[in-house]
Amino acid sequence: MTLLNVSDLTVTLATSTGDADAVRNLSFSLDGGEILGIAGESGSGKTMTALSIMGLLPYKGKASGSINFDGKEVLGSSKKKYQHMRGKEISMIFQDPMTSLHPMLTVQTQLTEHMRYHDKMSKSAARESALKLLDTVKIPDPASALRAHPSQFSGGMRQRIAIAMALACEPKLLIADEPTTALDVTVQAGILRLLHQIRDERNLSIMIITHDLGVLSSLTDKILIMYAGSEVESGPARELLSNPRHPYSQGLIAALPGASREGKFLTSIDGMPPELGNFPSGCAFHPRCGFAEDRCSVPPIDATVVSKGHRIYCPVNPFAHDRVEQS
Amino acid sequence: MILSPNTRKTLKALETPTEKKGKGSTNSIWRQPLAIVGLTIIGVWVFVAVFAPWVAPYDPYSQEFDKFIPPSAEHWMGTDELNRDILSRVIYGARISLPYSILLVVLSTIIGTIVGGVSGFFGGRVDATLMRITDMFFAFPGIILAMAVAAALGPEIRNAVIAITIVAWPVYARLVRGLILNSKSSDYVTASSLLGSSSIRTLFVDLRPNISGPVFVLMALEVGTALLLLSGLSFLGLGATPPSAEWGAMVSMGAVNFDRWWVGLFPGIAILTAVLAFNFIGDTLRDALDPRTAKALRD
Amino acid sequence: MKPVPVLTPVTKTLFTGTGLTPFIIRRLLTAVVLILGITFIAFSVTQLVPGDPVAANLGQSAYSDPDIVAAFKAEYGLDQPVHIQYITYVGNLLQGNLGISLSSKRPVAEDLREFFPATLEIALVAVFVALVLGVILGTISAMTRDRLPDQIIRVFSLTGVSMPVFWTALTAFYIFFFVLGWAPGTGRLEPGAEPPPQVTGMYTVDALLDGDFATASQAVSYLLLPALVLAVFALGVITRFTRASVLEILGNDYVRTARSKGLPERVVIRRHVLRPALLAIITIAGVAFASLLAGSVLIENVFSWPGLGQYAYKSAVGLDLPGIMGVSMIVATVFIFMNLLVDVLYRVIDPQMKDSK
Ligand SMILES: Nc1ncnc2c1ncn2[C@@H]1O[C@H](COP(=O)(O)OP(=O)(O)O)[C@@H](O)[C@H]1O
Ligand code: SF4
Ligand SMILES: [Mg+2]
Repeated sequence: MTLLNVSDLTVTLATSTGDADAVRNLSFSLDGGEILGIAGESGSGKTMTALSIMGLLPYKGKASGSINFDGKEVLGSSKKKYQHMRGKEISMIFQDPMTSLHPMLTVQTQLTEHMRYHDKMSKSAARESALKLLDTVKIPDPASALRAHPSQFSGGMRQRIAIAMALACEPKLLIADEPTTALDVTVQAGILRLLHQIRDERNLSIMIITHDLGVLSSLTDKILIMYAGSEVESGPARELLSNPRHPYSQGLIAALPGASREGKFLTSIDGMPPELGNFPSGCAFHPRCGFAEDRCSVPPIDATVVSKGHRIYCPVNPFAHDRVEQS
Repeated sequence: MILSPNTRKTLKALETPTEKKGKGSTNSIWRQPLAIVGLTIIGVWVFVAVFAPWVAPYDPYSQEFDKFIPPSAEHWMGTDELNRDILSRVIYGARISLPYSILLVVLSTIIGTIVGGVSGFFGGRVDATLMRITDMFFAFPGIILAMAVAAALGPEIRNAVIAITIVAWPVYARLVRGLILNSKSSDYVTASSLLGSSSIRTLFVDLRPNISGPVFVLMALEVGTALLLLSGLSFLGLGATPPSAEWGAMVSMGAVNFDRWWVGLFPGIAILTAVLAFNFIGDTLRDALDPRTAKALRD
Repeated sequence: MKPVPVLTPVTKTLFTGTGLTPFIIRRLLTAVVLILGITFIAFSVTQLVPGDPVAANLGQSAYSDPDIVAAFKAEYGLDQPVHIQYITYVGNLLQGNLGISLSSKRPVAEDLREFFPATLEIALVAVFVALVLGVILGTISAMTRDRLPDQIIRVFSLTGVSMPVFWTALTAFYIFFFVLGWAPGTGRLEPGAEPPPQVTGMYTVDALLDGDFATASQAVSYLLLPALVLAVFALGVITRFTRASVLEILGNDYVRTARSKGLPERVVIRRHVLRPALLAIITIAGVAFASLLAGSVLIENVFSWPGLGQYAYKSAVGLDLPGIMGVSMIVATVFIFMNLLVDVLYRVIDPQMKDSK
């Protein structure tokens, strides 16, 4: 059953040189209990995609297209509707746990305020529930943690608190925007394991955003790869990771530590991702792509279905034969 | 001088490097409504000041009328205690207040830039000493020192300018020092010192464009403050003195005859509009320079 | 990322290591140096410019009599070389002696005790009014960023800081006293009324301490107009600053987190935005307060308010160095201690802050 269906989402932001589309005609969907991974280099519009679902785009940001959640259109909802949805139906955890928790409020306040608002809980009931949540996310000594301020915890612990906050009202969808990027490698695995476990226990859907594909390999059911605000490839996680078809995805995957370096795979992607407002025409990747042809810079670039649920936005599809032969 | 909170905020904003602020934003400043209103008002005052003899209906010093005529068709702003036409005096007043305020700002900028430049450029003990002194001026209630100096020098507008300059320069010093320290660490100064250009050259030629912009914005913001202080001293009798048609001094005549409302009202409005105009421009410029409003909380 | 202990008791972060007490002591020492520096500036600047305090304080005929002039100089130590005068002054100062005023012929400390509370009273009311209104207006402004209410408030507050305060005083006095008759007039109390016994020197407070409500309410009615006039400038400043602070804090990640939890906007603003913004705003209010103390010099003569401003004016005109220094020091002290207080508050409320400073 489809929980979230995003179609043709375009996000326009105000920049110093005028309006620019940070997300372009993005479509994807997510079933109940499923984990979707969204990957792409920094600046590719992943966060803006997430924020447009939450209705939290930055000042002067606009979203168009359609975002259907649980059977209802969300985009363009009233402030009230968004408020009732946020935290309750969909919740989000952010990239940097050092800045995303309020420095001056106690953990208890931050963990219970939305429970009390959404679920009209009494103070003591919310506290009880908060203790359980802290236990779920494996914070030692929950009772004294409630009294503490975020500054008294390490980054990994803070991210666990943030996860507890996000789970407080038992949402159907959890959006995790680079939940481990700001953390030490050793701490990362713990957080990922926790997310996985939460999905299994609570049967909630998770949309996990990252610029590090390695994070996704063990965790996700589906993967969407973005470049310059557009989808370049999407498909079932296992298939996409083992058999990426878009040159950009191939580059990302080849750049992973431990990836096989044989064949014609790129080992790294040269150059920098384009800046917002200066996206190249056609396939935005063409200035950096080793396989670019003239037609690559001519829009529109249409989707090519590789197999069921797996598509790429690259008419050239350079490795199709190699891969087919190999398999 | 106790740093006005606005000025603090500005200093902070001005000192933050401007690389990312595109050219487009600076140009569009002049299309912002408040800036347009500000420019228009200043344009009007400049015009009035330059063409005062033609614009003013009467001689500002002539005492040929009755005293205390309320505003009327002949005397739009009435006449004062000494039988003079207030409109003509307000018009001629623009010839005093505007140029002296600007002079004051320019003098403070020159002194502040030299002190801040020396401090930022030489660093070390020189910097520490100069900045300690600047700090003291910041903690000093400027108007009181200005009053004392103006009183000592004798009531005259030129002396008031000197007095206020003595308390106004530290703002510029701090800004220029901050800018130099910022640019010093930036790559292109390193590059130009590698290319062997002399240090003094670096200071005056290479850094100039980085410094002049923010300093200009600060100047725009400070003209208003200067005008308020200058007319304030004149109001107290420590600046321009009778019969000079200075706006602050004219308001003080209104204070003596407060029941004749027109005597003080119009010169005060003249001050208000001129200061407001500069503040409109300064505020717009600052907003353009500082779109993300810095990280002031932690500073 | 540096490792942070899982749980540290608040008290531990506060009172050990680079704790609060050494911080306060360091800052107090700096304050003393600053204040001495201020006396030095006042002294040297007034020495550098020509001006004869003897002439300013003696009448025409007395000034032409060399004996009287010599006696005057001897009495106030003006016959000593400049550096001796300064050293003497600082020596006395360190013993708490501010010297004798040339113009009032009384100890400066005594003058200040009389005049400072009068100004303090209106400045406190002014800052309080400006703070309450300014925070409300500034928050509205930030929340309606670039829309009509914001534009109106922006023009309004810029006008506030652009009004010459002496003219505002005059105009307000004309309207509220002369035309409308709402304000009672000039001075601190009705002519001939007995001031309450001095405790703080602020009539309202002293009358209340004395249980004399009639005098207290009379004192309030007299101080309201000058206080509100002073508040206009501070209001503009605080409104603009609140807007900027709120906008800045609205951009913080933790505000986005609060919103992502679906809290109503008013809760987000009150709990998550204003709380951290308030510290910065109070800092500015503190600075504004100190500048109001000095700025009151421009309105006190309009309201015949016998405060620090009038005293400063008389000292300046009389080239009365001890008087000028007394006023400067008291204002600077308020300024420095406001800053200190706020810095201490910062550290107590948010131990994180000191790391990022
Ligand atoms: N508040 C903003 N205003 C304008 N542009 C922004 C803003 N925030 C982000 N951007 C730009 O939008 C683009 C997409 O950003 P984002 O979605 O955060 O990328 P990602 O999460 O994939 O790293 C980037 O180019 C970024 O610079
Ligand atoms: S469309 Fe062309 S440029 Fe884009 S990825 Fe495919 S081959 Fe490369
Ligand atoms: Mg991101």
